[in-house]
Amino acid sequence: MLAHSGVGQAQEPRDRVQQAVPSDPALRVKALESLLVEKGMVNPATLDAIIETYETKVGPRNGARVVAHAWVDPAFKKRLLSDGTAAIAELGYGGSQGEHMVVLENSAKVHNLVVCTLCSCYPWPVLGLPPTWYKSAPYRSRAVIDPRGVLREFGLQLPDDVEVRVWDSTADVRYLVLPERPAGTEAMTEDQLAALVTRDSMVGVAKVTVAAGGTA
Amino acid sequence: MNSVHDMGGMHGMGPIEYDKNEGAFHEPWEGRAWALISSAGAFSRGRRKNFRFELESIPAADYLRMSYYERLIKTMLDRLLAGKFITQAELDSGKPDPGSPRGTPPLTPAMVEDLFRRRGSLRRDDVRVPARFKNGQQVRARNINPVGHTRLPRYLRGKRGTVTHDHGVFNLQDTDAGGYPLGNSPQHVYTVRFDASEVWGPDGGKRDVIFADLWESYLDRA
Repeated sequence: MLAHSGVGQAQEPRDRVQQAVPSDPALRVKALESLLVEKGMVNPATLDAIIETYETKVGPRNGARVVAHAWVDPAFKKRLLSDGTAAIAELGYGGSQGEHMVVLENSAKVHNLVVCTLCSCYPWPVLGLPPTWYKSAPYRSRAVIDPRGVLREFGLQLPDDVEVRVWDSTADVRYLVLPERPAGTEAMTEDQLAALVTRDSMVGVAKVTVAAGGTA
Repeated sequence: MNSVHDMGGMHGMGPIEYDKNEGAFHEPWEGRAWALISSAGAFSRGRRKNFRFELESIPAADYLRMSYYERLIKTMLDRLLAGKFITQAELDSGKPDPGSPRGTPPLTPAMVEDLFRRRGSLRRDDVRVPARFKNGQQVRARNINPVGHTRLPRYLRGKRGTVTHDHGVFNLQDTDAGGYPLGNSPQHVYTVRFDASEVWGPDGGKRDVIFADLWESYLDRA
């Protein structure tokens, strides 16, 4: 019986287990860092610089600027949809995990959703590192078989006549969703529009709304 | 490898745990872990196994229990141990072995920006390989079950789809059973569109479609 329950525990989705023992990986990583620093393999200032890069330079605000620019500049939008990598580079973004970008336009009739079922592939230069839910088993397993159910879990109910396109990032292409520009934003500046665009809307699990602009 | 990392279409993984305000790192230790992994990439000796193969080789029950960063840390540690950059005794004690030389960290803060700007494309614009398929053509994903790393997910094997885009020539990423690359084998990579009803039968959404990027050797004419 003990052995049986042990197996059951091992197969539990990891999020619940992680909450039960939050400090364990934190302590192990801290011990590992001090060992590698003492051995002269890593420089703590370099670690700080890497973290700072992801917290302040590489993240979804970059993608939001791409989206807002596409909303106000039809010629840029056309270039973005035909050669995502080159158009994104016009705004200064590119690099590792953004070498081959394809941008997918959402509309009233087509909704695009991005997943990586095999791993957690994600367009780093425009969205930063993926959030926990994107890397977790529930999203990776169900996005391809029940995309509408997954979207409902994010609070997005799509009409039946909307075509749902799921993009599984199996090779070296990385995908960015160009969400629909919400109504009532005609007078907004590009910066104001960028502030509305959420990370979730650029993965395709949310729409952009005027009220819900924020960090996610 | 038919392990649990290849989870497209599985049920039973529970609800999506969503944190609307999650920042770059869900917990501070994840940032330290990510920075360590990025820095330790410089330490490598000998023939390198495919990193994804190493991640997928984590036993399935452990894979599900561990978080993304725990899996990456484990894989990094295995590499450092295999390359003899660290010893198990050092990991156990948390201290360098007595008498071991102290190195100079290869990655400096000034090099960090370049690390992120660097492009690591696997596209082979330098070789000319004819394309076997063209846009609009019907193809069927092969029924293969290799024990090495592959990018053809199980849920698409044997299914029929339509080529919608040719992304050019890329090195194949598949490995042998030991995790070593099968060879570059440059070939075209295509986006292939599959109807959800083809993949999931009557349980697939009638207006849902799935796109995947597949190397040419995964595909046959249909």
